[in-house]
Amino acid sequence: MTLSNAFIAIIRRDLVLAYRRRAEVANPLLFFVLVITLFPLGLGAQTKLLQAMAPGIIWIAALLAAMLSLDSLFRSDFDDGSLEQFILSPHPLSVLILAKIVAHWLVTGLPLLLIAPLLAIFLGMPEQSVPVLLWTLLLGTPVLSLIGSIGVALTVGLRRGGMILALLVLPLYIPVLIFAGNAVEMAGSGLPVGAQLNILAAILFAALVLAPLPAAAALKMSMNG
Amino acid sequence: MKRLLSLEVRSLCCIRDDRVLFENLSFCLFSGQALLLEGQNGSGKSSLLKILCGFREPDAGEVLWCGVDLNNDSFFEQMAYVGHLDGVKKELTVLENLKIAGALGKPGHYSIEETLERVHLSGYDDVLVQSLSAGQKRRLSLARLLITDNKLWILDEPFTSLDKEGIAIFEALMVDHIAREGMVVLTSHHDITLHGIDVQTIRLA
Repeated sequence: MTLSNAFIAIIRRDLVLAYRRRAEVANPLLFFVLVITLFPLGLGAQTKLLQAMAPGIIWIAALLAAMLSLDSLFRSDFDDGSLEQFILSPHPLSVLILAKIVAHWLVTGLPLLLIAPLLAIFLGMPEQSVPVLLWTLLLGTPVLSLIGSIGVALTVGLRRGGMILALLVLPLYIPVLIFAGNAVEMAGSGLPVGAQLNILAAILFAALVLAPLPAAAALKMSMNG
Repeated sequence: MKRLLSLEVRSLCCIRDDRVLFENLSFCLFSGQALLLEGQNGSGKSSLLKILCGFREPDAGEVLWCGVDLNNDSFFEQMAYVGHLDGVKKELTVLENLKIAGALGKPGHYSIEETLERVHLSGYDDVLVQSLSAGQKRRLSLARLLITDNKLWILDEPFTSLDKEGIAIFEALMVDHIAREGMVVLTSHHDITLHGIDVQTIRLA
């Protein structure tokens, strides 16, 4: 079979698996919604403050939700031996991993994108920022999955890798947070945001090409136990 | 004319946690042969198989496939591994599991239907793997060997949780495979009977 067949077969497999474990998959989305609803409760009825903080709140919640969902990327495949079979396949492991990351984003990243406008309005974000927020999420959340895949690949062999994973991955998320948060804030004041979006797009393309390679190498290392 | 494939191991050494599992291990396996690894628990059988699969780096020595180092695509095109873990997803059906296994390799001699018939799992196509028994799961993971085209089978305790009938089925499959110029490397605690097959036995101490 060709590589593209294998790529599509893995995406389809992971989507079917996600569908059969729906309850587990919904958790990051619920977490995202819950964290954002905590802010108005904690800060009280300070509309101006919430409005000013909205881009940051939504993006930090997205980072945390993405990080929490990362562990499921390779965990079950590692535990049941499917990963061994991926590594032994004649196809390049980095491409097979990219397929898993795409499926993972479709299941955990895309839902954040769909619910974000509602939460933005809920926090009183100016109308003109909402499309920009969606653009930043569309460009930024796949980067979170891609960079995160390297961290999970390194920690999947450890029984309790959760905290180390956070320490490894969160600093690498900072550039995305800076540019995305800044773009949404600028859009609120009616300023142009082309530069930030272009940089986010550049980060996405670089991560698409560069992240699967170290992730594949790290996975092979994790198997060497 | 068929090219004779070979798996050669030269003065291999494996050290785990400062303990030497084996050293100076050398053997050579050609198409149409089987290699049975024997030894007590912890004697390094599984570690040797992991080295043969490329999961572990040998601490000394080398493993050559047809005269060249393992890290090349032609080796991974020709080999298949069934380890302690079944490598099947319990939330997927038997059919879905075999399809993904097929997508990861080259199509083999058997179609999915024929494969299921050979391992006596016909009629289980749409059953979720989590509702299969341990022996049936094992047969499914061995079925993976048939739907892709591999010359070298590396099997770690393939008979675990198989009943007598399952063992007989699988021995017949191995004989067929070796008769078709295949190669098998396996570890087993069970006595195996491979009629008319050239079996090398290595005992790891």
